[in-house]
Amino acid sequence: MAFLFYLLSGIALLSALMVVLSKSPINSVIYLIVCFLSIAGHYILLNAQFLAVVHIIVYTGAIMVVFLFVIMLLNLNKTNEPHKSVLTKFMAVISGGMLFLVLIAAAKGVNEMIVAKEFDANIGLVANLGKVLYTDYMIPFEASSVLFLSAMIGAVMLGKKDKK
Amino acid sequence: MENITSAIRIIPLEHYLFLCLALFSIGVIGVLFRRNTIVILMCIEMMLNSVNLLLAAFSSYRSDPSGQVFVFFIMVVAAAEVAVGLSILVMMKRNVDSIDINLLNKLKD
Amino acid sequence: MFQNSWLILLFPLLGFVITGIFSKKLTGKTSGIIASLMVLASFIYSATLFFQLKQITNSAISVDLFNWINSGKLSISFGFLIDPLSVTMMMIITGVGFLIHLFSMGYMHHDERVNTYFSQLNLFVFSMLLLVMSSNYLLMFVGWEGVGLCSYLLIGFWYKKNAFNNAARKAFIMNRIGDLGFIIGLIAIFTTFHSLDFNTVFSQSSHFISGEAIITFITLMLFVGAIGKSAKIPLFTWLPDAMAGPTPVSALIHAATMVTAGIYLVVRSSSLFVLAPITMDVILVVGVTTALVAAIIAVLQNDIKKVLAYSTVSQLGIMFIALGLGAFSSSLFHVTTHAFFKALLFLGAGSIIHSLQGQQDIRLMGGIRKSMPITFITFFIAVLAISGIPPFSGFFSKDEILAAAFHSSPIVWGLTVITSMLTSFYMFRLLFLVFYGSYRGDSKTFGKIHESPKIMTIPLIILAILAFAGGFLNIPVMFGGTENFATFLKPSITFFNDYNFEIPNHLNEILLALGVLLLIIVTIFVSWYIFVKKSVLPVSDSTNRGIISKFIYRKFYFDEIYNFFIIKPYQWFAEKFTSFIETNIIDSIINGIGSIVVFVGNKARLIQNGNIGFYMFVMIIAMISMIAGIIWLK
Repeated sequence: MAFLFYLLSGIALLSALMVVLSKSPINSVIYLIVCFLSIAGHYILLNAQFLAVVHIIVYTGAIMVVFLFVIMLLNLNKTNEPHKSVLTKFMAVISGGMLFLVLIAAAKGVNEMIVAKEFDANIGLVANLGKVLYTDYMIPFEASSVLFLSAMIGAVMLGKKDKK
Repeated sequence: MENITSAIRIIPLEHYLFLCLALFSIGVIGVLFRRNTIVILMCIEMMLNSVNLLLAAFSSYRSDPSGQVFVFFIMVVAAAEVAVGLSILVMMKRNVDSIDINLLNKLKD
Repeated sequence: MFQNSWLILLFPLLGFVITGIFSKKLTGKTSGIIASLMVLASFIYSATLFFQLKQITNSAISVDLFNWINSGKLSISFGFLIDPLSVTMMMIITGVGFLIHLFSMGYMHHDERVNTYFSQLNLFVFSMLLLVMSSNYLLMFVGWEGVGLCSYLLIGFWYKKNAFNNAARKAFIMNRIGDLGFIIGLIAIFTTFHSLDFNTVFSQSSHFISGEAIITFITLMLFVGAIGKSAKIPLFTWLPDAMAGPTPVSALIHAATMVTAGIYLVVRSSSLFVLAPITMDVILVVGVTTALVAAIIAVLQNDIKKVLAYSTVSQLGIMFIALGLGAFSSSLFHVTTHAFFKALLFLGAGSIIHSLQGQQDIRLMGGIRKSMPITFITFFIAVLAISGIPPFSGFFSKDEILAAAFHSSPIVWGLTVITSMLTSFYMFRLLFLVFYGSYRGDSKTFGKIHESPKIMTIPLIILAILAFAGGFLNIPVMFGGTENFATFLKPSITFFNDYNFEIPNHLNEILLALGVLLLIIVTIFVSWYIFVKKSVLPVSDSTNRGIISKFIYRKFYFDEIYNFFIIKPYQWFAEKFTSFIETNIIDSIINGIGSIVVFVGNKARLIQNGNIGFYMFVMIIAMISMIAGIIWLK
């Protein structure tokens, strides 16, 4: 099964790179969808079945579609996007790499964090998650729904045309 | 099913960590690299997803469902962020007829 | 009863607030009545405490109101220590204070700021009570500073005269010098004992052996505080100048109560002081010198209040002699009797000044005993008391100190006797010049001389009774007494281990007292011979004096010496600092800081370029460095 993991990882990283590098936004969206699908595959490998389904529905099904709509409706699919200077790009790569190294260093010894506990294959099931979500995380759940509502109203308000 | 669940015993947690950090760093590079605001937004989505994946990985390795619950919350935030972000983008396109991030330098005034 | 002892503090504070806030509305009479009643209430409460305290055996009661300061190792409660020592002081303060308030109602009634006067007087009583009641050094220090402030305010009460303001400032600054010592002492106590609470400090002090350096240091520093407050050499010059204030103020603050705060401090800390023989010797030397020098200066003074002021300094010196000898209760007994007769002397002087339209020069008085009989009689009693004529109070207290001095060193005894003789000489000189002979002032005012109103004479009469009878509080064993006062105070005071000034043979003691008495009577006779029989008058300021006379008349040139050695160099430094350091260094530093800020601002403004891409860059780099920092710290 290790092979499956490395294959999915390879796809995810490659498509992520392509998101950044491809010229046209449409291509970026497509690559991002690929990336998200491979992440959904990882979720299945991790026994988080419900999460994998929700992820596909929310991200690839909803969010990315919205991206596509925006691109097409605003006619943004131009490939002659102005690029940053070479120096800036170079700096971007350097700092991203540095961030990567620093994070790796910070996460050193993460294996020791795992509590030796009997493996439970059922935690990713919807019944299990629902129980936790509606008991332990009740108030954050309600708060996030309020957040969602306000974001929705905000989006509508921003999207309205100015009256002038 | 049995086959799939055994995967997490073979692969060390550190590999998930490296994968997620790599995805995150690519997202960061993308944010810094591109001028196209919509691509920047996509890169932010990617960063969020890498964190999600890491949370799910930890959750599974520790057999603790809380991590996966947090992934839901992050999804909610991400959806909200996309909604607001994209509407800002629409406004931007409408007002300055461009989605070049370098044009957004009015904060100085 | 004891739990509510904060009420004693509340009354004068209330009086201060009421008369202070409504100073525009109240008439002088009402505010005087309010202020006096408040002090009377405190006095009654203190007296009740006194009688209750006599009945119980464990006679030191701590009352903790609340936790005042709590910071690290420092924990200080807002609390009181009610024990014989503090109750005695409270009774003196409120009792004498009440009489002086009464007197003030007559003395100050024509002053336009009489309400302010009473409110400040009440504030003084409050601060003084706080000083003696507090259960720790820090709260005591608050009261200590409070009385200093009130002293400053009341000396400069007639602030329109510049000289008075200068006198007030001088008093304040001199006190500050002493206070610095006190503060250093407090810090040293805290670092040594990790507490400022009296009970804790004194119970821990037994762990130290006698003569240990840190204890000597602490006590010396506390004594520096006492030097400032109690006007000892070298910081005594403020007290004569403090006579610029209204006369009742001089009676209350600069004779009866505030200046004895130093003695209270030493007696309160007696368990520290007995561990520091060096400090005790210093106290003794300072006490003897001050007593003698002040007495010599007083002989040639011509201002009625200045004579009394130097007399106060001298008497305080005698009290410090007693402290230095370890005779703490004798010292406190002298504080008590001195409070009576010196307050009486000042109030009498106030009555005379009041009647003579503000005249203070004794060369322009004389022969007024017929027109002011009550003032004369009470003044006479006070003079007898301060001279140490039996059975007046001063005799008993001074005799105790003399006995203690004789026991430890004949030289100290001799100098103290000389001081006593000088005291009786200048006091009778004052008496004879003011009340005997013929009137030497302006003949127009002579007809207006009148006895003061009842509100002023009644306090005089009460104080005269006290000055007469105060000595019976502590009748020594040799006269068949039981030393009530000393016995009462004993629980509050730590004595030397070998403290016993009981002279085995009472006959010796009586002979000693008689000998001193004889000397004093001879002095009085000399004084009478010079000033009544021969009617010798003090020479006017313009006449040339002999060198010694001039030296004494100019107060040993203390002020001039300070002026030359401290003030002049200080001013020189100050001028140099303004002309050189201020303009060249400080100004350029400040201007330099300003231009650096402007320069950095101009450069830093460029960072704020409004480019979001750039901001994101900075954010990422900051993130990297933060995480790297955390890793590095781990």
